[in-house]
Amino acid sequence: MPLKVTDLAVARGGRSVMSGVSFEVAAGAALILRGPNGAGKTTLLRTIAGLQPPLSGHIAGARETIAYAGHADGLKAMLSVRENLDFWAQVFGQDDIEAAIAAYKLQPLQDRLAGTLSAGQKRRLGLARLMVTGRSIWVLDEPTVSLDTDAVALFAAAVTAHLNANGSALIATHIDLGLDAGSLDLAPYRSATDLRIGASDEAFL
Amino acid sequence: MIALLRRDLLLALRAGGGFGLGLAFFLIVTVLVPFSVGPQSDLLTIIAPGVLWLGALLACLLSLDRLLALDFEDGTLDLLVTAPLPLEAALSIKALSHWLTTGLPLVVASPVLGVMLNLAPGGFVWLVASLALGTPALSVIGTFGAALTVGIKRGGLLMSLLVLPLYVPTLIFGAEVARRGAVGLDAGTPLTLLAGITLATIGLMPFASAAVLRMTLR
Repeated sequence: MPLKVTDLAVARGGRSVMSGVSFEVAAGAALILRGPNGAGKTTLLRTIAGLQPPLSGHIAGARETIAYAGHADGLKAMLSVRENLDFWAQVFGQDDIEAAIAAYKLQPLQDRLAGTLSAGQKRRLGLARLMVTGRSIWVLDEPTVSLDTDAVALFAAAVTAHLNANGSALIATHIDLGLDAGSLDLAPYRSATDLRIGASDEAFL
Repeated sequence: MIALLRRDLLLALRAGGGFGLGLAFFLIVTVLVPFSVGPQSDLLTIIAPGVLWLGALLACLLSLDRLLALDFEDGTLDLLVTAPLPLEAALSIKALSHWLTTGLPLVVASPVLGVMLNLAPGGFVWLVASLALGTPALSVIGTFGAALTVGIKRGGLLMSLLVLPLYVPTLIFGAEVARRGAVGLDAGTPLTLLAGITLATIGLMPFASAAVLRMTLR
C-alpha cells in the first residue's frame, strides 16, 4: 500500500512549521526530503510515524507499516549488539536477525556491548534494526549522521535491497546516497505566518 | 511483551541497572530508625508497621525516575510507540518489571527488618501480605508519574511531588493491615480495601499512563 500524504500541516511546540505538504511514495520507490535546518523535516517524519498528531491534512497507508529511525538509535548500552537486535526483532514479531547483521557487517561486533561501540558503529546497528522490523515503509531521519563512506555505501545497498523487495523509504538527508529516488524540497511549504502572531494576547506575552 | 520484560530484567541485573538499589535504601532507612528514636523496644514495636511501610514506599519511589527516563533518552520510547505492541501493554510490562526488581525484594526482605524493629510476632504474616498486595499499586501509580514527567530534564523531584499524594490510600490501608495484624485485631477489611485499590490501579492506570506518555512525546 503506498504512503499517501495529503495537504498535511504539522506543528512543533504549538507552532505550525509546515503546511500544504502532499506527496505519495509508491511501493518499491523512495523519496528524499530536503530542506534547510528548521524546515520541519523531523517534525514531518515524526508526524508520519504517528508520534504526534497532524494539525490538519491526511496520512494514508502509514498505520502498522512504518519503521521509524530518528536521531536516537534506541540502543541499550548494557546489551550486546546481538541482544539489541534480538529484542527489536521480537517486539516486531520477527526472528531472523542474521540478514541484518550481515548487511551492515556487524559480525565482528555482535558480542560487544552496544555501549562500547563507536558513534558510527552504533548508527550501523540502529539502521540494522530497520531490517528486523519486517515493516515495509522505512521513515528515516538523517540516517547517515556519523557514518563513514563505506558505511554509507552499506546503507545505500540496504535501502536498494529493501526497495527491490517492494518496500519503500522516506528519507530526510543532505548527502547524495546514489539512490534512484525522487526528491522533495520542503522549503516552499514552510508556514509563512506564525499562528500566534496577531493573536489577541500577543501584546501581553 | 515477554521480550520487553526479559530485556528490562536483564538490564536491571547488569552493571549500572540499579537492581537492589531500592532494597539497600529500605535496609538503611529501617536500620536508621532505631538510632533516631532510641532503643526502647516497646516503642519500636508500636511504630514498626508504619516505619516499614513508609520505608518500602520511599524505596519504590527512589527507582521510579529511571523507569522511563533511560528509555526516553536513548530513543527507545519513540521506537516502542511505533512498534506493534500497544503502549498500554508496554507500560504495564514496565510496571511489572519495576515491581519484580524493586517491590518483590522489599516484600521478601521485610520480615528480617521486622525483627530488627521488634515487630510483634503476630504481625509478620500481615506485614508480608500487605506489602505483597500493596507494592504492585506503588509500581503502577509510579509508572503514571514517570510517564507524566518523562520529557522534563531532572523531573525526578517533580515526579515525587506528583506521585506521593497518589500513594496515600495505599499507604493508609497497607500500614493499617500491618498495624492491626501486629496488635491482633481483625485485618480483613483494610486488606480487602488494599486489594481493591491495587486491582483498580492495575486495571485503569496503564491507560492513563499511555495517554499522558503520548502527550509528553509530542
